[in-house]
Amino acid sequence: MNNVGIVLVSHSKELVSGLLAVLKQVQPHVPIAIAGGTDDDEIGTSAQKIRQAIESVYSDAGVVLFFDLGSALMNTELAMEWLEGMDKIRIADAPLVEGSYAAVVESGCGSTLDEVVKTAEDAKLIEKR
Amino acid sequence: MGIHVNDVKQWLFKTNSRMQEEKAYLTALDQAIGDGDHGINMARGFQEVAIKLEKTAYTDIGSLLQDTGMVLLSKVGGASGPLFGTAFMKAAMVCKGKTEATTADLGAALQEAVNGIKLRGKAEVGSKTMLDVWEPVAQYVQEHAEQLSWSALNDLARLSMEKTKEMEAKKGRAAYLGPRSVGHLDPGSVSTYYLMEALCTTMNRSGEPA
Repeated sequence: MNNVGIVLVSHSKELVSGLLAVLKQVQPHVPIAIAGGTDDDEIGTSAQKIRQAIESVYSDAGVVLFFDLGSALMNTELAMEWLEGMDKIRIADAPLVEGSYAAVVESGCGSTLDEVVKTAEDAKLIEKR
Repeated sequence: MGIHVNDVKQWLFKTNSRMQEEKAYLTALDQAIGDGDHGINMARGFQEVAIKLEKTAYTDIGSLLQDTGMVLLSKVGGASGPLFGTAFMKAAMVCKGKTEATTADLGAALQEAVNGIKLRGKAEVGSKTMLDVWEPVAQYVQEHAEQLSWSALNDLARLSMEKTKEMEAKKGRAAYLGPRSVGHLDPGSVSTYYLMEALCTTMNRSGEPA
């Protein structure tokens, strides 16, 4: 059984590269892919990059996707339209860092797609102080 | 006389010229209520569109618009990329296989573009977004398809753009500013106006009744 895959979408390549390193330390065996910056690695997002990131970690276990700011959602939805056959892709309504951290831990336990999404979205409620 | 594939090409070349001319202005508008990259993004995107169109021969308006949408999608960073990209790709479907389009086709294509922008941006008219120009233009073309006045359409597009100044932003980066966004033009509406203005001047020159 595969672990649920995680995709991190950000306007900045550096931002998700750093986050990837953090998450890989937590659970090295959970498939994680990043899509940061535009096609030219400038600030912005790329539907093409997001599509490739999803494809690289997709399995029958599914994929949970995290994004940072507004327009990343538009490009993510576009990428999902291109991947019509892949129906186990979910966008988490969760903060990028806390949400993906919680999701990686949950996925590492072998949980289902629904459980990973739920845990990720619960991260919205975590009080930091 | 219809809208020939070459008119569409000229329209987009003209749009590119306007985006280059107004790059600094669009960026200044966006610095006031957004993240300050709109002029740079639109200028880069339409520059790439012009390069693509220059080296490609088209007989099908649909594939011309599809290519335009794909270039904008991948070359314009920020929210404008998926929004303008989706608009052109949706319009392309209506014009598929046509070397010449009627004004009724244009109306249908604009309506599809509007539907695409709404779907992508989850916005409605009145939220101080590019839709505040796209939708009235699409509606006008559909209502006046029989006898379309390009200069009246241009005036409508400009007025619609100017109206965004008094609106409060409900979508996009400017929404974080809430009431403080009032008094500023919406940058996406201004660039949409340049797109429509370029359409009207291109078609007027082609001999349509003004």
